[in-house]
Order: sequence, then C-alpha cells, then structure tokens
Amino acid sequence: MPYQQAEPILEVQGLKKYYSVKGMRREFKNQQVKAVDDVSFTLNKGETLGLVGESGCGKSTTGRAILRLIEPSAGKVLYNHEDILKKPAREFRKIQKDMQMVFQDPFSSLNPRIRIGESIKESLTIHSIGNRNEREEMVMDILGKVGLRPDHYFRFPHEFSGGQRQRIGLARALVANPSILILDEPVSGLDVSIQSQILNLLQDLQDEFKLSSLFISHDMSVVRHISDRVGVMYLGKLMEEADTDTLFSNPVHPYTKSLLSAVPIAKVGRKRERIVLKGEIPSPLNPPSGCIFHTRCPYAMDVCKQVVPEKIQIQDRHTVACHLYN
Amino acid sequence: MNAVEVNANPKRVKHDLKRQERALWLRRFFSNKWMVTGSIIIVLLLLLAILGPKLTPYDPYKMVVKERLEAPSAHHLLGTDNFGRDLLTRIIYGAKVSMWVGFASALLSSIIGLAIGLTASYFRYLDNILMRICDGLLAFPAILFAIALMAVLGAKTENVIIALTIVFSPEVARIVRSRALVVREETYIEAIRSQGASAARIIWKHIAPNTISPLLVKATFVFSEAVIVEATLSFLGAGVPAPDPSWGNILSDGKDVIYTGWWMTVFPAAFIILSVLGLNLLGDGLRDLIDPQSTSK
Amino acid sequence: MGQPLLEINNLQTHFNTERGRVTAVDGISFSVEKGEILGVVGESGCGKSVTAQSILRLFDEKYTASYDGEIKLQGEDLLKLSKANMEKIRGNEVSMIFQDPLSSLNPVFTIGFQLTETIRIHQKHTKQEAYQMAIELLRMTGIPSPEKRIDEYPHQLSGGMRQRVMIAMALACKPKLLIADEPTTALDVTIQAQILDLILELNEELGMAVVFITHDLGVVAEICTRVVVMYLGQVVEEANVEDLFTNPLHPYTKGLMKSIPQIEGNRSEKLNVIGGTVPALTDIPKGCRFATRCEYANDLCKEKAPDLQLHEGHHKVRCWHYADIARKEAVEHAIPTS
Repeated sequence: MPYQQAEPILEVQGLKKYYSVKGMRREFKNQQVKAVDDVSFTLNKGETLGLVGESGCGKSTTGRAILRLIEPSAGKVLYNHEDILKKPAREFRKIQKDMQMVFQDPFSSLNPRIRIGESIKESLTIHSIGNRNEREEMVMDILGKVGLRPDHYFRFPHEFSGGQRQRIGLARALVANPSILILDEPVSGLDVSIQSQILNLLQDLQDEFKLSSLFISHDMSVVRHISDRVGVMYLGKLMEEADTDTLFSNPVHPYTKSLLSAVPIAKVGRKRERIVLKGEIPSPLNPPSGCIFHTRCPYAMDVCKQVVPEKIQIQDRHTVACHLYN
Repeated sequence: MNAVEVNANPKRVKHDLKRQERALWLRRFFSNKWMVTGSIIIVLLLLLAILGPKLTPYDPYKMVVKERLEAPSAHHLLGTDNFGRDLLTRIIYGAKVSMWVGFASALLSSIIGLAIGLTASYFRYLDNILMRICDGLLAFPAILFAIALMAVLGAKTENVIIALTIVFSPEVARIVRSRALVVREETYIEAIRSQGASAARIIWKHIAPNTISPLLVKATFVFSEAVIVEATLSFLGAGVPAPDPSWGNILSDGKDVIYTGWWMTVFPAAFIILSVLGLNLLGDGLRDLIDPQSTSK
Repeated sequence: MGQPLLEINNLQTHFNTERGRVTAVDGISFSVEKGEILGVVGESGCGKSVTAQSILRLFDEKYTASYDGEIKLQGEDLLKLSKANMEKIRGNEVSMIFQDPLSSLNPVFTIGFQLTETIRIHQKHTKQEAYQMAIELLRMTGIPSPEKRIDEYPHQLSGGMRQRVMIAMALACKPKLLIADEPTTALDVTIQAQILDLILELNEELGMAVVFITHDLGVVAEICTRVVVMYLGQVVEEANVEDLFTNPLHPYTKGLMKSIPQIEGNRSEKLNVIGGTVPALTDIPKGCRFATRCEYANDLCKEKAPDLQLHEGHHKVRCWHYADIARKEAVEHAIPTS
C-alpha cells in the first residue's frame, strides 16, 4: 500500500456509546455500560482497517455506531471531512449509499420473503439509481461479479448455502457502488474452505471497486490476512493500533501479545511461549478502574490501577495505550 | 433445488420458477385434507349466500299462515317456520347476512388491527398509549360490548359489523404488534436500515409482509367468531332485526316452538356449526401452509 | 499396546428424513488408545459430530436413526447393548461435552444441584458427600472459589466458566473416555487457550482418553496426538499429528491447510482455495467423494471410490493418486520456482 499518499476517507474521533442500565437490582441503578469508550481511528482511502477483539469488546458496536444503526453517545465521524453524525436523518440516508455494511449472518440479514434479486435491488431503488430495467441489469451484473448466476435472482434466501448467502450479502452491499464497506465478522460462520473463497472474493472486489474497508473480526489470522492496518479493542477501548506487519511481528501492548499467543497454530513442533491470561473478561457493568486491562495483565503496576493510560505514539503509525511505554 | 436449467435466459427462469412455485403451493394445499374440507365448506356457503337467493322460488318475507311449521318435505326441503315461510330460503338469506357480517368484520378489523399493530411496534412512544387502549377494549367480553354498542347505535346489520370490528381490532393489533416486534429486531431490518431506507419503506415493505401469516390466520378466526357473535346477538334480539332473516334470529324464533318444530332449531344451528368448522379448518391449514422456510420441501 | 480403549469398525449411521434414508456416517473405522487425544477434524456436514453422538448412541433409534458396524469399548460392542446397559456407559465410562455449554445446563437449577445429581445417578453417595465431591470437581477444573460458585445458576457464569462446569460434570464419574464436540468453538481465543490447557492437564493427570472433535486445525496441532480427517461421512486421512502436519497426503487435507490464513510467517497475497462446496448427503458422488472439488481428479476418481490404504506406519489415506501427487510436489520443491 502506498502509505505516502494516504488520504483519510473516514475519521472516527472520540466515539462513545454508553447504555444506561435499567435494572431491578439497586446496585446497578444509574450505571452506564460503556460499550464503546472514546475510540478514535482513521481509515485511509483504499485501505483495509481491521478491528479485532474478543466478544464484548465493542468492535461491532463501533461499526454500527458509524452507520448510526446505533446512535452514538458522543464523538465525531468524519466522512470526507464532514461530520456525518450531525446530519439530519434525511440527509444522512443519502450518505448511506456510500457506506455499506456486510453482516455476520447472511441468512438472517436477508428478508426470507423477498427474492434475493429484489433484496439486492432495494438499495438502488432507495437511492433512485437508474430505471427499472437498468436496476435489474445492474443486479444481474453484480451477481456475476460475486460468483453467482443470473437466474439466482429469482430465488429465496433459504435455497442458498452459507457461502452463497455471504456472496449475496456482498452483492447487496456493492450494487450501489459504495466507497466504504463495513464488514462485521463476514466469514466467522463459514467453513474453512468456504472462508478462503469469500476472503479471496472480497480482496478482488476491494480492488475492483476501490473500496476502503473496516473489517471487524475476532479471528486474528483472518484480520492479519486481509488488513493493512489493525486496531485491537478490549472492553470498549482501542488498546493498540499499527500497520498489520508491525502489529503482528512486534506487538507492544500486553493484551495484544497475549491475544496473539493464544491463537492455535496449525503446525507441529512449534511450542510457543504462551501468555495465558488470568481470569475472565470483566463485566462491562463494573469495569476496572485505571487501565481497563490491569486485572488480567501480567505486567500490571500500581499506576495501572488508578490512572487511565493515554494513547501514545511509540513509532510512526503505531500507537498504544499502556503505562509500560510512558 | 428445483430442476431449472443452468445459464438459461433469466426471464425464462423467472417464469419457470414461478410456475414451479405455484405448483408447489397447490400440491401443499391439496395434501392438507382438512384444509381442503374447510375450503370446500366455505366456498359452498359463500356460493349459497351469493347465488342462493336467485335459486329459491320462495320469498323469505312472505308469510303463509296455512303452511306454518310444516316438517321438511319435498315441497319445503327444510320445512317452514312459525310464520309459514320456507326455512331453507330464510337460512339462505341468513347465510348472506352471516357471511357478510363475518367477512366485513374480519376485513375491517384486519386492516385497523394491522395499522395499529405496526404503528405501535415501530414508533415505540405510541406503543404504550395504543396498547393500553387495546387492553381496555380487550377487557370487555366481546358479546357484552357488542350488546352495549348496539343499544347505543341501534339494531342494524352495519352496526353489528362496526361493533364486531371494534371488539376484534385490538386482538388483531396485539398479534400484529407482537410479531412485528420480533421482526424489527431481525438483522435484515438492520440491513435495510443501513441502506438508508425510510421508515415507511421498512414498515410496509419489510415488516408488514412478515406479519401477514399470523394476521391471515387470525382473520379466519375473527370471521368464525364474528359469525357466532352475530348469531348470538340476533338470538338475543340485539342483532339483525326482524323480519330480516339471520341464523341467530331464526334460532331465537325456533326456541319457542322447539317441541313442535325441531327443524327450526336444528338446521340454522347446523349451518352455524358448519361455517365455524369450515373457517377454523381453513385457518389451521393456512397456518401450516404459510411458512416460507418450508417452500422448498 | 494390547486392546485399544475404543475401536470403531465400519460404523454407519443412517437417518430417516423426509427425503428418504440418508447415511451421514458411511463406514468409519478408527481406534482410540488409552490416554491419547485423538482429533477428528472436518468441515460442517462431514459427519464428525454424528460420529461422536453415535458412540454414545444419542440419536432416537426408534424413529430416526439406525446404526451398522461395531463400536467396541474395551472389547464390548456398544451397538449390541440394551438401553439400560447403554445408560450405564453414558456419563460413567464415556462422557461428552458440547459446543454450547449454556444449552446443556438446566437454567432453573444451581450448578451444584446439577453436579450432585450427576454424581448420584452413577454412584452411591449421600447428598453431603456428593456436594463435597462437586466442590472438588469444580476446583479441579480451575474454577476460583468453588464453594461460592457451586450455588450459582448457569446464567451467572461466563462462557468459559460454563464450559469448565460441563467438564467437571463430565469428569464426575472418572470416565475412561471424554468426547469433546467442538468444546472451544464458541469461546474467545484467550478463554479457548485456558480450556485447552485444562483438557491437556486432565488428560495427563487422569490418564483419560479424549476424542476431540473440531473444525480448527490449529487446535488439533496444539493438543492432539493423532488425527482423523473426515469428509462427507468418511475418513479420508488418518495419521499421527506430526505426520499429518509435516506430510499431509490427501488433497483435501492439503487444501484445508493451505486455505487457512496464517498468524505468522509471510503474508500471502491470496489464499489457496478448495473450489466448490461439499455435496449434499442426498447427492453423494459415485466415485471418490472428494472428486468434485479435487484438482487432481481424473476419470478413475469419478468412477471408482478409493479405499483407505496404509501409506506407512500409522498413516492412512483414501486417495488413488496420493503417491503421484507427493512425487510431483517433491520435484516442484526440488526446483525452486524463483
């Protein structure tokens, strides 16, 4: 990737999504769950940014908040230098043409009563692109590009296999020719051999459509394969962000290190030094003070329990939020 | 998968697929014997209500005192009533009233219930108000409420329909709302929202069609319940006023002469039972039939 | 070596479906030695879970399923046992853990209640004794402060904790064999690492054999001693873990290994792909079952199904051309393509 002429297309600044808890239990009254807490990153034109983390880390919420499927509590999302969170609903709907989402479960993301061709066509209809015949042709065209046949147009979602459904999901996202693609765990429900087909297809399409993508996944190896840059999230916070090769060869945050070392490798005789984390991910209802990771961190110091670490740039294009590097 | 030629002309494929799907629906319909029975009963009753008046040689209103309370015979197939009117003719005209009242209240309460249910499910701030009103209406027993309304509005066929619509709309609304609440949380609603679709499009194109199957099933039950409530109202004298015939008021007249003219009780009752049975069989069958997942089987 | 703990001979599992009889597992044979961890890998629909559940005869034999072949546990054929005797085997000699621990636990009872119940079904103990044993089991599976946790309900525990409880339950009667059906698939990687460590530990300490069913080759490499690779209801390759990963023979195994993105080493621009999809069970190819997706398939493969043949040592493979393919690849490796 030509980093030199990196031009930001999507800038997320201080994004927050807090849920207030309405529970019966008194100790939870007036508490907030910080699903996404002050997350900032930049997606450059033509780049793929991976967001990784374990369940409950807020990666999916981040993706949805950018598209305002969940209204964020605070922060800015600049698309072509304009804050799209401030736009009135009607105007924002027009921008949505440029930003499409691909969902984890392609079956539940397709209306079971609508023929898949019609489902794909819908975004063209919504944004009044082309006339009836042109739309139909565009859909047939995109079906071919994602490796489906034109006659699939008239079939219903339940007639397809998992891999084919994800192709349909891609076709729907791409038919209106967007510039940004947000992919939420697009391959995690698929078998290995189908996963590789979809990943390769995705790469081809990214090149063809000159897409900038936000790739959300829990699978480190998949993210490594597809992304140019990677952000690691934990409990609603972005812990480390770097170019893919840097992050995987030289991770600095203790969480990133342990996450990487926990991934099983399909090779034998490679006994790695594994950092097994203590305990479980804390409840977001009752997050630890200071650095959110200190309860599981093997290097936790006193300062970690009290002070929230700032994001520090330790290298060009490599930032980390950890007291060890202060 | 269906045996459609690969790489064929898409338009042809569309045509073939639609034909195959139609054949599949028909096959599934005919494989459900009870539903076929129910449909035949309802179709016959509807035909009777529509065509019957033209086929019968008798006038439903003309009293022939000489011929009162005649037992069924070749002359009067189902006998005559206590005013000497042909019972079959009265029942046929009564079928017209019953079917009309049932159909109209089912249709109206479906439309109103759908609108209320969808509104309540999508615009959450209206939910509480609308549903509490529905709860209030649901708290009344249907018959009592209808009687009270008829007392206010006067005994007329149209007023029966209005009363039944008011009674049954909240039930439909509840069913639509609960289904719609499930549907709106589906990922495909989120997906279409992420495409920038407007609220109207989401509600009518995506949520509404997914509530149709429970709605349709409910509508057939509303239909059959309306037939019963209408008969009950007329029986109590609060429904279709004499001398207009209705299954309910024939029954009511019949109860006074039950020892001398059993046919005046048995035949209208049999028609009520038959129509309710037919509608319920149809409703149950519809529930099984309308399920997109099972289309491929 | 002597007699293997579990020996499966030519097992077939048939299901009666709306579309007729389907054979989900078609002629599987493998054995499990005492104290080893055998991995069973394959993609969805390959019959790995059906095999696991067949060992414990968990399917409804009255209406849906029927079995052929032999499943010998220490020489005794489980398929010939009566219902009552089979119940004595389940949970006692052979235990099973599943992918989703939440749905395997009853939400209305405390985990302590469910654990003591399991203990008391198979062993004669007083409630008090069983309760103490339950605490011990929870401690053994690495649950912190088990005295407190034992009175909690399943929903109060995290996914990893629930899987530990399931393992504790499976261990209640000190089984000789544990069947683990995708036990870490629903868990996060850091939690998966903990559970894998736990299974390894228990295997070493208790000498309990494990059949580990997974789709993840990484997990296999991490904990298994021997591996069986399945495709469409059949075993296509069987080998020691070292042999399988250093020298995979079947084109399917090779394809799988090449199609996973790597976490280390060079980043390849594109992934290798196994084309097509797994055929439906109602539509099984006539010859080699992998022929429809295999790049080396020729007429022979399409016509005639190969047998599982011994390559060397304990390495078995079901392919007509594996030797040719290996030779060809050796030549390609010898001549650097740069």
